[in-house]
Amino acid sequence: MTEIAWQQKDLLSIADLSAAEIQLVLDTASSFREVSARPVKKVPTLRGKTVINLFFEPSTRTRSSFEIAEKRLSADSLNFSASSSGLVKGESLVDTALNLQAMAPDLIVIRHGHPGVPRMLAERVSAGVINAGDGAWGHPTQALLDAFTIREEKGKLEGLKVAMVGDIAHSRVVRSNIELLNTMGAEVTVAGPRTMMPVAVETLGVRAVYSLEEAIRGADVVMMLRVQLERHKKVMFPSVREYFQLFGLTRERLRSAKRDAIVMHPGPMNRGVEIASDVADGSRSVILEQVANGVAVRMAVLYLLSGARQEAGA
Amino acid sequence: MLGVTSRRSSTCCRYAVCLCAVETEIDKPNGGAYDAAVHAERSSDVAGKLKLKRKILDAGQMRRVVRRMAGEILELSGGTERLILVGIRTRGVPLAESIADEIEGMEGVRVPVGVLDITLYRDDLSTIAPQPVVKETHFPSDLEGSHVVLCDDVLYTGRTIRAALDALVDFGRPRTVKLAVLVDRGHRELPIQADVVGKKVPTSAAEVVEVRFKVTDGGNLVVIMELVEEA
Repeated sequence: MTEIAWQQKDLLSIADLSAAEIQLVLDTASSFREVSARPVKKVPTLRGKTVINLFFEPSTRTRSSFEIAEKRLSADSLNFSASSSGLVKGESLVDTALNLQAMAPDLIVIRHGHPGVPRMLAERVSAGVINAGDGAWGHPTQALLDAFTIREEKGKLEGLKVAMVGDIAHSRVVRSNIELLNTMGAEVTVAGPRTMMPVAVETLGVRAVYSLEEAIRGADVVMMLRVQLERHKKVMFPSVREYFQLFGLTRERLRSAKRDAIVMHPGPMNRGVEIASDVADGSRSVILEQVANGVAVRMAVLYLLSGARQEAGA
Repeated sequence: MLGVTSRRSSTCCRYAVCLCAVETEIDKPNGGAYDAAVHAERSSDVAGKLKLKRKILDAGQMRRVVRRMAGEILELSGGTERLILVGIRTRGVPLAESIADEIEGMEGVRVPVGVLDITLYRDDLSTIAPQPVVKETHFPSDLEGSHVVLCDDVLYTGRTIRAALDALVDFGRPRTVKLAVLVDRGHRELPIQADVVGKKVPTSAAEVVEVRFKVTDGGNLVVIMELVEEA
């Protein structure tokens, strides 16, 4: 086990992390998983620490995952959401940041529609800032929990073939996952309709193909991405049925992946759009493990950052 | 990293005067003290200066002490019925295993051994940085109604044991909890005493009691190292 010390005040992007730091988060998460299996699912570790969950975009899953992680560590948490925050009343983001700073929180978890907002906040507050998704830019804790899940199932990350299929251009999960998997030595292939592939996607260090079969051939991990129906219907593809026929993961198609390949989805999934129901509920699906692991990974991140902040403030 | 129960900042076997990994073979004839000295010299360029001061127990003495502790534990708990040994990470674990070995030798029964990581229960998490590494805790059986014997290598301030007691109750309600330590070096900061003590060793705060086990450090040995302040 690598024994390096965590020094970062914030978790804004996977690109800021070294392989050793990623390893430390995953190892720590692995210890925290046991806490959720206890009769008393709570440890006093972050007693007296205040965590603010600042969600400018709706998110049930990520927010509840963070909230549960905070509660299991005994932190005091409070939620600001877009509808109740000052932003709708015309307050600028900088003013919001200064107001939060005045309340002296220890950590701030932020989800915002625009890339770079968490970094801007991090520069203005002394609290540690955790990026819980900024636009289509990044979602570092999702990438960490995906990596944790893969490592649990496969025992390693290095040398694995990972296919990501779907809306590559708009998914906030993609970039963070690519950065992380590349850092840890996995091989990533992305696939999707041309309308959903960013220009020059290869520059991210991945192989890009335009067919599902080609992407998942020989893959150890098949990661399906959510089609953001509410945003893209009629813009990115002609019909849901056509999308499913071309890019939906079915049991048939999964055969071209490795025999022991696992199927992942960051949720919430559209059954019958990007993934067939029997695959989603099948024996190779680790979708619910991802959710369970999300809590452990977020506990690890909260724990590590809360220590680093002390040093920054000392 | 060696098991260092040392200065106030490092009541657990962690960081502390972080000593590099041990690759020395301590088990060669009369090699223990010598290697400890070599190790101290090596670790001096890592942090502070640790000089070997005195050997407390060699491998043979350590074995006899552990055997006596096993006997006392059996006597105190009236046998092996519902007995669980819980080792506090890091070096309470090999101690608990050694005691279990001795008990097995005497009674022919293998007593279950649990592993407890107290990191999440430390009372100094907000004053130290960066965060210590968290490791897993696991118990082989239900604690409800059991007789738990907490095992740790060195009893010093008592804070580790305080944290361990807090952690234990989150896993169930043992009928009794007792404490067994290989070395009691004094300087308690909390009202905690051990029920079974391998050896009482008066120390000064500048000293470090190092307990080494074969599984973690390559050899069985207890030494006192002295921390020499660097100019």
